[in-house]
Amino acid sequence: MSPVTRILSTLALVVALMGSMLTVIETPIMTLGLFALPVLLVGVLLSILVLAPYRTGLLSGARACAALTGVSLLMAVALLGTVSTYPGAASHGFWAYVLVAWAMAWLSVEELSGLMPQSPLGQRLVALAIPLSFGVWLLILWQLAVVGFGVPRVLLPAPSEIWLRLLSSPQILWEDFRQTFLKAVLIGYALGCGSGFLVAILVDRVPFLRRGLLPIGNLVSALPIIGVAPIMVMWFGFDWPSKAAVVVIMTFFPMLVNTVTGLAAADRIQHDLMHTYAANYRQTLLKMRLPMAMPFIFNALKINSTLALIGAIVAEFFGTPIVGMGFRISTEVGRMNVDMVWASIAVAALAGSLFYGLVTLIERVVTFWHPSVRG
Amino acid sequence: MQPQPADSAARSVIDIAKLSLTFETGDGPVHALSDIDLNIGAGEFVSFIGPSGCGKTTLLRVIADLEAPTGGTISVNGMSPHEARLARAYGYVFQAAALYPWRTIAENIALPLEIMGHSREDREERVRRNMELVDLDGFERKYPWQLSGGMQQRASIARALSFDPDLLLMDEPFGALDEIVRDHLNEQLLKLWAKTDKTVVFVTHSIPEAVFLSTKIVVLCPRPGRIYDIIDNPLPRDRGLDIRETAEFLKVAHRVREGLRAGHSYDD
Ligand SMILES: Nc1ncnc2c1ncn2[C@@H]1O[C@H](COP(=O)(O)OP(=O)(O)O)[C@@H](O)[C@H]1O
Ligand SMILES: [Mg+2]
Repeated sequence: MSPVTRILSTLALVVALMGSMLTVIETPIMTLGLFALPVLLVGVLLSILVLAPYRTGLLSGARACAALTGVSLLMAVALLGTVSTYPGAASHGFWAYVLVAWAMAWLSVEELSGLMPQSPLGQRLVALAIPLSFGVWLLILWQLAVVGFGVPRVLLPAPSEIWLRLLSSPQILWEDFRQTFLKAVLIGYALGCGSGFLVAILVDRVPFLRRGLLPIGNLVSALPIIGVAPIMVMWFGFDWPSKAAVVVIMTFFPMLVNTVTGLAAADRIQHDLMHTYAANYRQTLLKMRLPMAMPFIFNALKINSTLALIGAIVAEFFGTPIVGMGFRISTEVGRMNVDMVWASIAVAALAGSLFYGLVTLIERVVTFWHPSVRG
Repeated sequence: MQPQPADSAARSVIDIAKLSLTFETGDGPVHALSDIDLNIGAGEFVSFIGPSGCGKTTLLRVIADLEAPTGGTISVNGMSPHEARLARAYGYVFQAAALYPWRTIAENIALPLEIMGHSREDREERVRRNMELVDLDGFERKYPWQLSGGMQQRASIARALSFDPDLLLMDEPFGALDEIVRDHLNEQLLKLWAKTDKTVVFVTHSIPEAVFLSTKIVVLCPRPGRIYDIIDNPLPRDRGLDIRETAEFLKVAHRVREGLRAGHSYDD
């Protein structure tokens, strides 16, 4: 048991035992303690039943992990139920039990990462379970905090409200997604990355271009290019082409710079080797320099997948037809419909993550030979 | 390849006369090679030996047209090194295996064949034959990083042999390997040379390796890089590892060592 684990489990146990002396729910007309809330009471008792043997070392390993996960989730459910029955009325005892539940979740992840499953599938599951647990608990704590403190919806809606909005407006969200992601992002990304790549090949071939264009490319890569969005709207109109144009400009330079760097990645001995075969420019490019450049090119593809989404959304703030994720965010904020704003953000986050994940997946296939991938 | 005519020893493959090479560097000129005179006949196995920095690699690279001499003349197969390179006259084995990690061993060995435009069937046949030659059959589908250093270097030798050049240039190919592997590969290389009748130019800084492999040993010394001694090795062409215990072997080794010592002495 590490010091952190020891301190955390002691703390959780003590708080779970002492919490019954605190007020859990306090409204202007009544106060409720633990014994007035039966579901929560069961959760707390079970927590003590798991924490005590865990703290003393009687419970450990996979069983401890399972028990801690189960009870922490049960506690989460009890707490969520309690707080939604009495929104905005959470008192000290309530937050004490939130602490207990969170501590158990933390400990379960600790135990999980300590497990060494033999099978590759088991290892993959563990690798997946840890971030999953983090994500779930982020949502749980968010929900508890917003409802428990009675945070005004305009400031921050609870995840449950965002979820309801996602379920009730699929049509609008899909239209926005199609406008922003399927049109502006994907088309702009393909054009920007493609042209960046081709220009890089050209720049690499012509030395004076390399000396002239590359410093500029590096400079522009570091600029907040999003500022050109209004100009693009002037040039290409309100619809998605102006957004795609912003995406093209944003993704072009990272691809250019990375590809040129990648093309220079082959070392002298590899060039000499091709030289001894009297290989021509094209053969050297296709058989050695491009494969060698792939890790760099995928680096740009990954950076650009994020940049493209940001670019397309922000560009819509500067004028757009009445559809698109950026449009939705900016107008619904004005109408105080924050749950819609957050629903759009959730869609954008999901789409961005999946896009990034897909590029990473392809990267692993293409650069399977690279030390960072072959593991 | 064609069997060599009986008088092949007379045919000269490499002719070097008064050759020099000076590198212009930031801290002034480096005289890597000066006043080199050397003839290498067809079917010979010639070793360059000398302390590091004496220009062994540079001389080999000049022969391969990877470096241009600043003075003197050199011909390879009666042509300039540049023409010889374009005619794919030689296979070069570098100090590091330099295999491409994204290609399997078989694909790496096929690389020069792809570049030289051999047909698919011909490539497959040559890859198979050369992998057998270096004892790598069964590893076709492995990637370089899945193989030991010795196996990688053998694959790089198979790659250099794949297009069947008459001339093989090898720059300390076994330098990074341990003694046992090295002995084994030396023996294999000698067998291969006897079987194929190629001309080999071999850079090393190991005396036993040079004496065991060569028909001719060129001792170089540094600052400026030049030839100190050329020793014709009287050992029979057909030799096994045990020959290293014989008096004759030790005599040649002694002469090489003397040469190295004399060429090196003023430098410490
Ligand atoms: N490209 C180069 N530029 C400058 N100096 C070089 C270059 N290549 C080799 N040299 C120098 O030439 C000398 C001979 O080098 P090299 O042929 O590599 O020696 P060896 O292979 O015998 O160890 C060394 O002093 C080395 O530093
Ligand atoms: Mg060297």
